[in-house]
Amino acid sequence: MTTDTRSNGTKPLVKVRDLRMWFPIRRGVLQRHVGDVKAVDGLNFDIYPGETLGLVGESGCGKSTTGRAILQLYKPTGGSVQFGEHDLVAMKGEELRKMRRQMQMIFQDPYASLNPRMTVGSIISEPMEVHGIGNRTQRLERVRELLAVVGLNPYFINRYPHEFSGGQRQRIGVARALAVNPEFIVCDEPISALDVSIQAQVINLLEDLQSQFNLTYLFIAHDLSVVRHISDRIAVMYLGKIMELADRDELYRNPMHPYTQALLSAVPIPDPVVEEKRKRIILEGDVPSPANPPKGCNFCTRCPKVMDVCKEQEPAFKDYGDGHFAACWLYPQ
Amino acid sequence: MARLLEVKGLETRFFTQDGVVHAVNGITYHLDESETLAIVGESGCGKSVGVMSLLRLIPMPPGKITAGQVWFGTGDDRKDLLKISNEELRQVRGNRIAMIFQDPMTSLNPVLTIGFQISEALILHLGMDKEKARQRSVELLELVGIPNAADRLDDYPHQFSGGMRQRVMIAMGLSCNPQLLIADEPTTALDVTIQAQIADLVKRLRDEIGMAIIWITHDLGVVAGLADRVMVMYAGFIVEEALVKELYANPRHPYTLGLLGSLPRLDATRAHRLTSIEGLPPDLIELPKGCPFYARCQYRIDICAENNPRLEPVAPGHKVACHVDVAKVGAARAEAAKAGAERAA
Repeated sequence: MTTDTRSNGTKPLVKVRDLRMWFPIRRGVLQRHVGDVKAVDGLNFDIYPGETLGLVGESGCGKSTTGRAILQLYKPTGGSVQFGEHDLVAMKGEELRKMRRQMQMIFQDPYASLNPRMTVGSIISEPMEVHGIGNRTQRLERVRELLAVVGLNPYFINRYPHEFSGGQRQRIGVARALAVNPEFIVCDEPISALDVSIQAQVINLLEDLQSQFNLTYLFIAHDLSVVRHISDRIAVMYLGKIMELADRDELYRNPMHPYTQALLSAVPIPDPVVEEKRKRIILEGDVPSPANPPKGCNFCTRCPKVMDVCKEQEPAFKDYGDGHFAACWLYPQ
Repeated sequence: MARLLEVKGLETRFFTQDGVVHAVNGITYHLDESETLAIVGESGCGKSVGVMSLLRLIPMPPGKITAGQVWFGTGDDRKDLLKISNEELRQVRGNRIAMIFQDPMTSLNPVLTIGFQISEALILHLGMDKEKARQRSVELLELVGIPNAADRLDDYPHQFSGGMRQRVMIAMGLSCNPQLLIADEPTTALDVTIQAQIADLVKRLRDEIGMAIIWITHDLGVVAGLADRVMVMYAGFIVEEALVKELYANPRHPYTLGLLGSLPRLDATRAHRLTSIEGLPPDLIELPKGCPFYARCQYRIDICAENNPRLEPVAPGHKVACHVDVAKVGAARAEAAKAGAERAA
């Protein structure tokens, strides 16, 4: 379990405890409840103000669900999410809606996440209208300002999303998230749909905005090189659970969990000389279904270092010093 | 090694309502037997259309191959694939040249069993009977590492995971022992651990079977561990071509430099700011007069706006289409920056 404060006394902005998000499986005419897809199953972590926490994992591991459950876009099955002093899971209706001003989201698909029938101006000003910020002229002024901030021409205010390229649309999505001056932004794979040369533009933009407005990010991605570039700390997810969480450099220098080790070794490095010498840990098989996770450690079916105990009991998620958490039987429990 | 494929001045256009899309603009390259060539570029740069044109797989109309020759084969069976009849071309497709596509979810037929889909090519091209084709299908599935191959033959595509489906696609591609395998972004839709499995599999099969491979991708990382030679495409032109080590050690085109600079590296000692390529690729309907990269280039000089540079050799096996010697200019700039810093100090 994470401690409440850091050694330097900063309190976490977001505190996630035992977060569970299960989706029920219903069968038959009577829609009987026959089981659950355990998309997120008992997560514990903190996000500190001004930092970027990277959340990596393969598709279907529950990383996007985690982001959505934190923002209460799904009502979590169990656990708590503390945002500052407030418990978001206990909040409802109007109270929760007001909280949303402080937490926003940037979505993966810049094509699907912008309404094609709205102009860029109304897309970006909508969150301000919803939260009753400013009057019409002030909002328009703010939209122009935001367009400039994300590197678009303020002159584009009356254009429609289809007139923009993927990278530009993602900038519009970023501007919309910034419109209400949030403290915390969940970036759900914001660059995976973009071309390589455009990806770098958006990463640089997100970094600039963070230092400019002191934003806190939860950065969800499947690309470890990108996550390493942008994050301060990184959590590695597998099948609904966090396997390892550590400072960025520590995680890459000293990965403790066999899954992290395999994941890191699988990432290709754009240098043929390095690639020649690298040894890969090739994982066998596929990720098991989250509706029927294996007994014991979730990774035991693919782990190259699997032991008997792994198939019986779940390892504890423990701090092995300096905030390096891991859940693995290879280390003293 | 004998020459297997020679593409000369290939030009593909799409005649659409909005105008003529210049998808591939006179590309010339070659491939030797059992060589792996990677074609790298961003979406819309013509890399897929370029290889689809080799087998006349682009939709015609609106597409049209307006110029060029595609010489395929060694010795006596060397033929121009753009000239032969549809009948003859059918003997080449799936038989001597096989292709695997990006999306293993949509390139398999969902209502036919895996066994049927693999056997189909065997029966059609190699004239096997059903029983023999079935046996061979099991062998192929085992070759690509599918467990319990014999039992899974009667399964449908939806019963396989993404990585497994891509393995099935590869098994289908290999079924007729092709001389050339064209892989169009085969690992892009897959997770990184599965991507490593597939890349590893293709490498092993290449060494065992000895076929030539054209690997199309936008990921310079995957290419580094896989290819012998790399070709970088931009707006339908080849802008750089080199042996893999040479390309990463001495990139000469500003676009290649930009691509390498915009990739965060897992092994970099410290995180630095990424050098992004500003702007967007040009509209393929109205290509600029000069170099297609002119608008985004950091090294541009006056002549670039007027004159599109030709792909010229700069070192053995290394060709670049650029008016500027990027290495020289880069060094001079670094020198100037250093001098400036010293003066400031």
